[in-house]
Amino acid sequence: MSYLELKNIYKTYGEGDNTTEVLYNINLTIEEGEFVAIVGFTGSGKTTLVNLINGLLEPTKGEVLFKGEPIVGTSHERGVIFQNYSLLPWLTVGQNVYMAVKEAFPKKSKSELNTIVSEYVAMVNLSHAINKRPKELSGGMRQRVAVARALAMKPEMIIMDEPLGALDALTRVNLQDEILNIWGKEKRTALLITNDVDEGIYMADRIIPLRPGPNATLGPEFKIDIERPRDKTEMNDNPNFKKTRNAIIEYLMEIGNERKSEVQKEYILPDLAPKSFVW
Amino acid sequence: MKQSITLGSVTRFIGLAGFLETIKNVFTGKLDKEDFKNIFRKVIMPLASVLLFFAVWYLSANKLHEIEADHLINKALVEQGPAEAEKLRACIASGDKSCQPNALPSPVQVWGAYQTLLADHYVISADKKAFKKKTASLNAKRIANGEKPITYTGRPSFVDQIFTSIITVFAGFLLALFIAVPIGIVIGLSHTLRSSVNWLIQIFKPVSPVVWFLLVFMIVKTFTKNSSSDSAFIICFISVGLCSMWATLVNTAMGVSSVDKDYINVAKVLKLGPMQKVFKVILPSSLPLIFTGLRITLSVAWMVLIAIELLAQSPGLGLFVWEEFQNGANDSNSKIIAAMFVIGLIGFMLDRIMLTIQKMVSFNKND
Repeated sequence: MSYLELKNIYKTYGEGDNTTEVLYNINLTIEEGEFVAIVGFTGSGKTTLVNLINGLLEPTKGEVLFKGEPIVGTSHERGVIFQNYSLLPWLTVGQNVYMAVKEAFPKKSKSELNTIVSEYVAMVNLSHAINKRPKELSGGMRQRVAVARALAMKPEMIIMDEPLGALDALTRVNLQDEILNIWGKEKRTALLITNDVDEGIYMADRIIPLRPGPNATLGPEFKIDIERPRDKTEMNDNPNFKKTRNAIIEYLMEIGNERKSEVQKEYILPDLAPKSFVW
Repeated sequence: MKQSITLGSVTRFIGLAGFLETIKNVFTGKLDKEDFKNIFRKVIMPLASVLLFFAVWYLSANKLHEIEADHLINKALVEQGPAEAEKLRACIASGDKSCQPNALPSPVQVWGAYQTLLADHYVISADKKAFKKKTASLNAKRIANGEKPITYTGRPSFVDQIFTSIITVFAGFLLALFIAVPIGIVIGLSHTLRSSVNWLIQIFKPVSPVVWFLLVFMIVKTFTKNSSSDSAFIICFISVGLCSMWATLVNTAMGVSSVDKDYINVAKVLKLGPMQKVFKVILPSSLPLIFTGLRITLSVAWMVLIAIELLAQSPGLGLFVWEEFQNGANDSNSKIIAAMFVIGLIGFMLDRIMLTIQKMVSFNKND
């Protein structure tokens, strides 16, 4: 039995003539302790896929099994890091994390909860900003709070929906390392959704491209055989890295071109000639 | 956050910060080209508009006074003959109060009336104090015997009327708050409920304060049939509350129903219970809109209060204005205009208070 299993998932929005098919026959299995990355173009239905797994959405057809059981609603076992941070702006950093921790461990005492909060806030290096509100923080800091909030609930699986998409390159690299560190320390299962192939290769064990929607479906998977801990600079010279990277990019380019050619379908024009007006 | 009350924070509260800042710059000598533009815009133009306002007022008051005087003299000429008319003309020209025509008062007269009202207030409050002193021992005895103490029943002063009005408006405002906010939250949470009561809100929202007063009067009358207490105040504040609560109701419902989808997703992922979802996510995120509604409610309440006090014969500024109008004394018109300015200034202060609170609870703005 796999840890997470998606069986023949279809997802459509709307009804009748306004139906948009987003996901088409998605099959995916993730084993415990694995780090899987799904790479895809923007607008290909990545967020929909994530919401199916974390329980915010239900599939139109098919099953999502988590530890053998179908997913009903959200669960504390699956922590989510949203693309747009989704911090509550009227709460401070500490309060944002505290709220999550309190829900995850309702039986713990206040001081125990506070210890967990400060531990996780320290883990993302934000102890100095624990009493600040999200609007006083930079984008990278906000995302780190979101990471702390998701991890502080000690989920068995971390689901990340383009968590670093809105950050600048430098902050991105730092946060990638931080997330990898935490993942390595506590060995949880992780699913990363990203549009950056390099990020996927650097972080994941497996990369699965998502063919662009409508009717998005998963492409063939690419195994990343690079030993951990990985080093960003060393990796650039790794022949394995180059090979996988080229293969994935080639594949994505190909489907990108396919899509383009679909759009640029040639229309056969009727054979019409202007009439000559003769008086 | 500790903040001492400085001159700066007070002027910012009143909304005069730009004006005073610029004047300060003039005196401290920090001037360049850009500042001259600022001085023109923020000091000279506002002062000019104030002067213009008083000039137009003064001139038109004079003109109206003239027309009224001519009319009176003509009337005397037709009805009582030239001798009486000439006497009246002389009387008006001499400035004697007993024969002035009743027209729009000039700024000077209004200032005079304002001073009279203040002097009046001192007289009345001294009177009240004396009364209290005189009846103190008697009242103590009456209370000991289980009888009602004797209270001062004299005429309230202008300042007393102001405080009565402010108390009434706050009573009405609180009523609106306690009705509109909970109902707004419930309506906002349920789409079904919202669409089922929408007709009621849409129909009752534009109803005039006068009609609200009559409605409340019909109902309260039945309840207070056997009580000897004064029902005017009750009717008054209930009508004010009912009339002004709609802005809060609509804004609260809108704020609650349009919470950012991201926050709702957070609540779902954290698995908050329904109560916690409402109190920890939905309410805080709709607070800014609720307070915008409350601000509108308070200013509507103050505006409506004057009319309702007048109708309900409930003590307050509205009744004061109406009584002065009925009174028809030679300084009645001036007193009405003085009351008008006081009403305006109090309304302005109330709005500023709400604005400050609104700014405090809004988390979106960077301030």
